Amino acid sequence: MPDMPRHPWAHYLLRRATRFLISMALLVTATFAMVHAIPGDPVRAALGATASPELVAAKTHELGLDLPVWQQYARYLAALFSGELGASMTSGLPVAQTIADRLPYTSLLAAVALAVVMLVAVPLGMAMAAVTRGGRGRVGELLFTGVAGFLAVVPEFLLAVCLVALFAMGLEWLPVADVTGSMGPEFYILPALALAIGPAAALARIVRVEGLQVLASDYVRTARAKRLPARVVHLRHALPNLLTSALTIGGLLVSGLVAGSVLVENVFAWPGLGTALVEAIRAKDFPVVQGVVLIYGSAVLLVNFGVDLLLGRLDPRSVIGES
Amino acid sequence: MLRIAALLSLLFLLFLTGLGPIIWGDDALAIDTAALAQGASAAHPMGTDGLGRDVLARIMVASRLTVGLALLTTAIAVAGGLVLGGLPAVLGPRAGRLINGFVGLVVAFPGLLIALVLAVVFGSGGTAAALAIGVASIPSFARLTQTLAASVAGRDFIAAARVLGVGRVRMLYRHILPNIAEPLVVQATLGAGGALLAFAALSFLGLGVQSPGYDWGVLLNEGLNRVYINPAAALGPGLAVVLAGLAFNVMGEYAAQAFGGRSRVIRTRGRSSRPAPGPALRVRDLTVRYGDAVPVKGVSFEVVPGERVGIVGESGSGKSLTALAVSGLVEPPGQVSGDIEAAETAMVFQDPMTSLNPALRIATQLAEVATTHEGMSRRAARSLAVTRLTDVHIAQAARVVRQYPHELSGGMRQRAMIAMGLMGTPRLIIADEPTTALDVTVQKQILDLLREVSTTTGAAIVLVSHDLAVVGQLCSRVLVMYAGVIVEDLPVSRLTAEPDAGDGPAHPYTRALLAAVPDLTADRSRPLATIPGRMPSPLDVTGGCPFAPRCPRADSRCHAETPAFDGAVACWHPHTTEHVLKEESR
Repeated sequence: MPDMPRHPWAHYLLRRATRFLISMALLVTATFAMVHAIPGDPVRAALGATASPELVAAKTHELGLDLPVWQQYARYLAALFSGELGASMTSGLPVAQTIADRLPYTSLLAAVALAVVMLVAVPLGMAMAAVTRGGRGRVGELLFTGVAGFLAVVPEFLLAVCLVALFAMGLEWLPVADVTGSMGPEFYILPALALAIGPAAALARIVRVEGLQVLASDYVRTARAKRLPARVVHLRHALPNLLTSALTIGGLLVSGLVAGSVLVENVFAWPGLGTALVEAIRAKDFPVVQGVVLIYGSAVLLVNFGVDLLLGRLDPRSVIGES
Repeated sequence: MLRIAALLSLLFLLFLTGLGPIIWGDDALAIDTAALAQGASAAHPMGTDGLGRDVLARIMVASRLTVGLALLTTAIAVAGGLVLGGLPAVLGPRAGRLINGFVGLVVAFPGLLIALVLAVVFGSGGTAAALAIGVASIPSFARLTQTLAASVAGRDFIAAARVLGVGRVRMLYRHILPNIAEPLVVQATLGAGGALLAFAALSFLGLGVQSPGYDWGVLLNEGLNRVYINPAAALGPGLAVVLAGLAFNVMGEYAAQAFGGRSRVIRTRGRSSRPAPGPALRVRDLTVRYGDAVPVKGVSFEVVPGERVGIVGESGSGKSLTALAVSGLVEPPGQVSGDIEAAETAMVFQDPMTSLNPALRIATQLAEVATTHEGMSRRAARSLAVTRLTDVHIAQAARVVRQYPHELSGGMRQRAMIAMGLMGTPRLIIADEPTTALDVTVQKQILDLLREVSTTTGAAIVLVSHDLAVVGQLCSRVLVMYAGVIVEDLPVSRLTAEPDAGDGPAHPYTRALLAAVPDLTADRSRPLATIPGRMPSPLDVTGGCPFAPRCPRADSRCHAETPAFDGAVACWHPHTTEHVLKEESR
């Protein structure tokens, strides 16, 4: 057995923080490398075949792409630390401005969706575990795994299309976002649902399976042997052991939500980062791509870091363990 | 059921990709200027596109390209993942840790985001997108390969191969990869479904297949632009994507089931009753069944207050299930019948590592017994917990109650389990192999503690164990179980008595069990004594004495009639009888 660190919590914190920083460095380097990995001249690709050679040369010089790679990397890092993300190749607008305009829409949408996922999936999965424990409630089990399994594999952009077709076109109950008007809460319902349904179904399935495992564990048997009421067995003994896995999966779902939001935003013409990213990729507008990917990537890393910290608090064993 | 679904899925995909372009190829190209961008009609079930081409036919034709690209993507992901995930095993621990660390970092980023970045690099188009998605999925496959390889690496046959000096590369493809192939195939099949969806997403965003080529994603994009006029044009390709994705999933699930050999237990209803106490424990005709298997077949016994009774037997004799049934802990599909009257019971389980809740402090787990059953306040229950921990000889109990189970040693945890049992006022303690997971010195301490608890509180103890020595140390009376029935009930003194003196065990099985226990005087040059043959399985319906096939004293009667348990022994030819007969014949 390895030596136990004197302050396991501080040790854990340090390890996680290091991991976070290394991941950030990887992200920054990857976005930098992306531009250099584009075959041919990225500036030419962005400006199009009709741009004059002088313009391309001027733009290349302006972006510093004629410098040695290590100098470019240093410039890129220095710019990042001063909050400078460059300007769009097509519109000339500062990337930071684009992000500041669009980020609130995306993050609010993701937050609403995540809240829906957690509030639906954990209680539902737990309840299904209690109902289907030990092979009871076979009909319920089949129904649940069938429906949840189906919803979990339907990609969010297809759900989005279906929701649009059904609620916005067919029934005309709910509006689809339009860029012109202000966005009331009702505009969030369909995109948030499209984003949340799949992950909620997936998480509920996982929570149920985990729940079955926890409910069959020796310590829950101990709790039953103590003749505790079912409520105490489920809420006090089973739930905390379930939350760790639910949180871990929830963290993974956030990265899924980020990816999903790109697609869903495009279906709903949402004025968020996702639509900006896709437009920029199509136009090879790499400063915008770099900026948006940096935002998405660091959001994912931040959430993972947060989940790690929360896990350390909830499950004391995770603080020690792993070398 | 799943098998049929998997077969249908395979046929569905083969039909679409094989025959789709042949059957619908012409329709998909036929431009009908009289029917531009129309809604669904009899001639065009899903309407037509902007050039008057039939949407349904185009969906069918697009299936080959879509599924083909998904498979290409999966191939890239699996090949890359195998290489990256297998490298650590080949390169050795130091480089391996570096690669694993890198994969661990990359895998945290969403695959689609990586694919989008790579789409910038590779450009748009079918193959470029396949490369982008494929490369983006490499890390997760690498992670899987590496985890599986690591799980195999700990097994005995790998250790054996290593001892034999098998090289690392050879080890990877001869020993590791074949043993992880099955889960990889399952994941690859599921991954193909994922790749299909990801590809549809990329094409939908206009970054995948480019016009005039079209896959389902492109059709979906075209359809969405006209969703107001013709929803079917958007829903059709969407449905195709979902169906194909499901088909891959069903095949993956089937592969997992076929490889895993999962089986389902038949469910029956079960309930255990626990009326008020008379003696500490009275069990009448207790039977536990799991479907057709009957591991406990009509067990009856009584335990008086303060008595310490051991239940012994081989694995599968039904002794642990008897203990679980007594405390009402047999879960469905197990079905319990018979009469059980048990006084207030505390349980001590075999594995103190898993029997305490890892997420709760010791104090919580102990105190809740008193707050729930004795209506004690939380503070009082907590101080009682400290007292009880001190009672079981845990030093610094006040500190220990604030700790989590993982901070305690195995012996400490078992003490904490016993202390937990003492939080109520148990009149019966059921200990199921309480010392099996502990080392020998700790075993003795726990047994001493159980004896002390029994003498000071007057609680009866039922100790389930396969270890006759453990039973001999603690108990005064022993029940011997064989194939789900009690075959002998005897005082412990007869267990330890010299068998030949005439007052040893009466049942031949008990004697065989005793003979199989090695002691210090055993002749080490000879093999250890065993009982030849095997115990009948709970599924077997035995006529006659269940031990008859292995019994040296069995005759035709033993094979034909089941001996009844007369309160002491269930045997047609017990040893004592023979002893008496010999006396008489003399």
